[in-house]
Amino acid sequence: MNPTALIAEDEPLLAHALKAELAAAWPELQLLATAGDGRSAVREALRLLPQVLFFDIRMPGLDGLGAAAELADRWPTDEAPMPQLVFVTAYDEYAARAFETQAIDYVLKPVQPERLRKTVLRLQQALAGQQQPKSAAADEALEKTLAQWRQVLAAAAGNGASASSAPGAPLRMIAASEAAGSTVRMVPIDEVLYFEAADKYIRVLTATHEYLIRTPLKQLLTQLDPEVFWQVHRAVVVRSSAVEAVHRDEAGKLHLDLRGRPEKIPVSRLYGHLFRAM
Amino acid sequence: MSVGALPRFRAENIRSMLRHGLMTVAFCCFIAAALAITQHGSWSAQMVYSMSIGLISWLFIDVGRLLISGHREILWPSGPWGYLLVAGGVTVGFLGGNAIGDAWTHQPLLDFGSFGERKLATTIIITVTATVCMCFFFYSLGRSKHMLRQIELAQRNATEARLKLLETQLEPHMLFNTLANLRVLITTDPPRAVAMLDRLNNYLRMTLSGSRALAHPLSAEFERLADYLELMSVRMGERLRYTLELPEDLRDTPVPPLLLQPLVENSIRHGLEPKVEGGEIAVRARQDAGRLVIEVSDTGVGLDGAPPSEGSGFGLEQVRERLATVYGDQGRMSLAAEPAGGTRTTLSFPLPPHA
Repeated sequence: MNPTALIAEDEPLLAHALKAELAAAWPELQLLATAGDGRSAVREALRLLPQVLFFDIRMPGLDGLGAAAELADRWPTDEAPMPQLVFVTAYDEYAARAFETQAIDYVLKPVQPERLRKTVLRLQQALAGQQQPKSAAADEALEKTLAQWRQVLAAAAGNGASASSAPGAPLRMIAASEAAGSTVRMVPIDEVLYFEAADKYIRVLTATHEYLIRTPLKQLLTQLDPEVFWQVHRAVVVRSSAVEAVHRDEAGKLHLDLRGRPEKIPVSRLYGHLFRAM
Repeated sequence: MSVGALPRFRAENIRSMLRHGLMTVAFCCFIAAALAITQHGSWSAQMVYSMSIGLISWLFIDVGRLLISGHREILWPSGPWGYLLVAGGVTVGFLGGNAIGDAWTHQPLLDFGSFGERKLATTIIITVTATVCMCFFFYSLGRSKHMLRQIELAQRNATEARLKLLETQLEPHMLFNTLANLRVLITTDPPRAVAMLDRLNNYLRMTLSGSRALAHPLSAEFERLADYLELMSVRMGERLRYTLELPEDLRDTPVPPLLLQPLVENSIRHGLEPKVEGGEIAVRARQDAGRLVIEVSDTGVGLDGAPPSEGSGFGLEQVRERLATVYGDQGRMSLAAEPAGGTRTTLSFPLPPHA
């Protein structure tokens, strides 16, 4: 069976060019669809379950990183193995630097045939490694793929290993508005149990209160101590010491119970490794 | 808390105080020498009187000004406090200095009666004149230093703003994506590639050098907008549509170069790019009661839809500042939400008389 792929690229000429270059470098590859934005990329990928994804990092609606993170959660792993992920970007110094050593790949626009052939070779090897009967080995392969995705997403977001040293001291107080009303409160970071991104806001939750801030989660993460606060979902960061229990539901999804909060916190597949029993 | 920890007594201020002290000493020596020669008195006695009066006044005024002026930019008390301080310094210096001098020369303490009228008057005049002159001199020194700092700061800010403008316009993503598109066109559609290259050429020339000119005709401004929008529409394809409307009689109106570009860029970056189906940008110029009105409107996600991102707001700030620089309070800019979604930015300023 021919390998299958999906391209997400918002600039029509560049999508066309990538298609042409791929056709030359990998004639057997069957292109299932081309999406022009992040949302339809996720939708099409879940519908068509391709083996390889070429995602532009900058896209309208939902960017490539967001689309990949969402796919990581929603991908039906019992129907098809996690796809191989290749980021396509015109200019991204973080990504370019960090990806040099990554197992999965990035391609810089304009796509160079030479460089693309290398990517194709890597993809072919990775796909060959996946052709195993469903077994413990498949789980292992999934875990490996997830680890790769994690690395790639962290690197592309600019907060990977290369940029882990947060600029400035970790945050101690947060100026946050109260959920109802115009008062701004200074909330000590020690009281925060978790952060949850909602729309344009981030909800800041303590044992007794809820506040709102407008800083994007990505930016907030750089100001938090990574030992203390763990990202467990693309929209949720929890205080690690507040985690009381981890549950797995029938569908295999993980949820957290926190000390001091009644909610169940979803854990993304990407971050499931944080809670594997020792 | 030690004195050094008080911000008003930071090292830099103490240094300038000591410098004032040294100058005071030199000035006092000069006065003492002049008095010793003209009045044939004892040189050492004149020196003690002069030095004591001068140093006491200096210490009183210089410490006093720091205490009263606190954290002001120019370290001199405002209004009557400055005069009171000088008067206080003169009085304290005169009395204290004379007391020390009298003790040194074993004369009756502050016995001004024995001086004779003329001598008392001379001493007072010398003390007052010297102190006021010194104070004015030090005040001017501090003020000019402050002004120099302000000028430097303003120059730094201006340079920074220019660099930042350049950076937003030559944003690497924009540049590299444009080049990537160009590369595709070279093989697939050479005539279009040439056209795009010409647009890019114009765009770069304007961005890199043209912004130094003070004004250019509105028609030139619209042509540069067309270059930029054409580049963007090659990249975005169907997702970007635009119209430029410039009435014939406004073509030659002088405007600051690249004034409109940040607005169009905002419309694309914060309005249309986040919107999956894209949309339309319209730039229209018209005349209204002796004023030039330019509208940049888009059908993008609107003011609330765009997530807060770094760099947003800089373009608007920049346009607002340039309007204020060129037209003073006659230049206006307003930002409004379009009823059908999207944003409309309106600039208006007086038409030059000859246009």
